[in-house]
Amino acid sequence: MSRKRISFRAELPLLVWLVVIWGALWRDFSPGNLVFGALIAVVVARIFYLPPVELSGRFNVLRAIPFAVVFLGKVVAASFQVMYPAIFRGPSVTNAVVAVPLRSHSDLMVTATGHVISLIPGSLIVEVDRSTSTLYIHGLNVRDQSDIAKLRKEVQDTEASLIRIMGTRAEVDALQAEGWPAMRGAGS
Amino acid sequence: MTPNATGADAVIDAVTAVLLIVGALMSLGAAIGLLRFPDLMSRMHAATKPQVLGLFLVLAAMGLQMREWWVWPILAVAWIFQLLTVPVSAHMVGRAGYRTKHRHPELLSADELEAVVLRAAGERAAEKAQEADSAMPRNGNGGRNGRNAGADGGPSA
Repeated sequence: MSRKRISFRAELPLLVWLVVIWGALWRDFSPGNLVFGALIAVVVARIFYLPPVELSGRFNVLRAIPFAVVFLGKVVAASFQVMYPAIFRGPSVTNAVVAVPLRSHSDLMVTATGHVISLIPGSLIVEVDRSTSTLYIHGLNVRDQSDIAKLRKEVQDTEASLIRIMGTRAEVDALQAEGWPAMRGAGS
Repeated sequence: MTPNATGADAVIDAVTAVLLIVGALMSLGAAIGLLRFPDLMSRMHAATKPQVLGLFLVLAAMGLQMREWWVWPILAVAWIFQLLTVPVSAHMVGRAGYRTKHRHPELLSADELEAVVLRAAGERAAEKAQEADSAMPRNGNGGRNGRNAGADGGPSA
């Protein structure tokens, strides 16, 4: 194992997550069970060693909660927006593949943005260009240039709110320099 | 569901019913979309996305009916795993569909990936020709390293 060891602090989120799954599956959150689960989590993390996810080291809970609420609201709204063309437009639906350049070049931000965008119905990642950090998104019911611009803006706004939640300092500063007002609603 | 429920029970039962029905409607919408949409990628939208909300509503209804606190962590974990896996599967199918030309260009109002793919394909062809030229004089393993060039690169045809 020539790989660089990662610090315990960087590994902590993974361990906590494993312990939560352990407790959930046993349906038992008593201290004894959790301690045993933590022991197993450490052993599993040592044996099945994965490349560490490079977290930025900051996570803003105050921004994460409204983001989660807005996200759920968007999923609800978009679910019905997908149902409408499914039922009424059907075969004559018009789509588009849109290239959206992202600000951040970190794998974590690109993955997180892609996930959030994929989970909101009506958009699907077709291709990712990692070198330029560009997402190619297939959008359902995208008819003209204004729809394309709307989709692109939504993706970039989503990325901006994700940067505010868990981006690195440098990314947040870049966002600030871009003229984003400090207090802006998550995801909108 | 308890028959002749009163008070809080009746409210919980009513909320559960609404959640279950809307959740089922989401699945119905997905089925209709699968039938009605014209090409692979719009079908992908219908096949993967409504379940995110549909499953959430059905799981919430289950949580309300079980009346046990321990069921919530399991339901949350089930939903989170769905959230983690749905985009990946949708992306893999969509990407494979695009690369194997399972798309209908006449249904797209814009395709900003096509130009990139064509350019990458052109570059690839030029590289290949060059490699073939330079590998010619040498004997043996000339054909070996040409293959893995595009394994994890950007868009490719």
